Amino acid sequence: MAGRLQVNPTRMELKRLKTRLKTAERGHKLLKDKSDEMIRRFMEYAKENKRLREQVEKELSSALTTFIVAKAVSDDAVVQEAVAMPSKTLKLEMDSQNVMSVVVPVIKVQQSSSQDKYPYSFSSVTAELDSSIEVMGGLLESMVKLAEIEKTCNMLAIEIEKNRRRVNALEYVMIPQLEETIKFITMKLDENERSNIVRLVKVKSLIKKEG
Amino acid sequence: MREGKIAVIGDKDLILAFKAISMEVFCADTKEEGEKLVRSLAKNYSVIFITENLAEQMDGLLAKYKTKAYPAIIPIPASGKSNGYGMRGIKADVERAIGTDILFNKED
Repeated sequence: MAGRLQVNPTRMELKRLKTRLKTAERGHKLLKDKSDEMIRRFMEYAKENKRLREQVEKELSSALTTFIVAKAVSDDAVVQEAVAMPSKTLKLEMDSQNVMSVVVPVIKVQQSSSQDKYPYSFSSVTAELDSSIEVMGGLLESMVKLAEIEKTCNMLAIEIEKNRRRVNALEYVMIPQLEETIKFITMKLDENERSNIVRLVKVKSLIKKEG
Repeated sequence: MREGKIAVIGDKDLILAFKAISMEVFCADTKEEGEKLVRSLAKNYSVIFITENLAEQMDGLLAKYKTKAYPAIIPIPASGKSNGYGMRGIKADVERAIGTDILFNKED
């Protein structure tokens, strides 16, 4: 088991340890509450993450498959040229948010609005390319959202793990250790008290006998 | 509030599709190329998408970036069916946080 701390059995030490125990217990309770709340939040994010990932994976796979087909049916150079100059510029607005004292990213897409969806003229490329690029364009927002949520999930998971270690260290090491030391000091002090009383009684009886 | 950019790492055929929606694309075929790219891109880009098969090989390196807010490195499926790497990531997160997987078990 935890064993006791190496301290001198004095009244001062006892008082100090009692305060430490109080702090440790309070800290343990707070951390445990934090852990509960973090797990609740994490589950919300994880569910959202799963839903979003399923959706993005499904749509992206099909869009990419269409793209590959489009690439196969038309000339390589034509496709290269068609996508070389995107019609929109893409900017991300990055911010951060505090979720249970974990700083997580908040990412927003800013697309410069441009009238045409397609960065090329229709004459040279196939319809497959059109449709795949349209789907991809629509997916952009979900992909960025997925990035944000997945990152949040990652970070929360790591933080929850760390926090659980702290809670366990307090619960199973620190608090039992303190309790045991406090018990030890109290017993020691009581023992001293008793031996003192015995000594006094003895001395008194000695004095009586001599006098 | 800062501004960021998106990068996509993957094989040459696929990444063209991302270029069309104005992401910046980088081509990597092997693990070494991919790792080199991730290291250099991590400084300048806030979101990096990597195709699943490539991400799977670089697991160790990607784990390093998990603790920081930026960059967010996200696996995406290559063409065809997803091989489930991304989903395994979520599963691992849930297991890590809760100790057991309660999100995916429900469906089985």
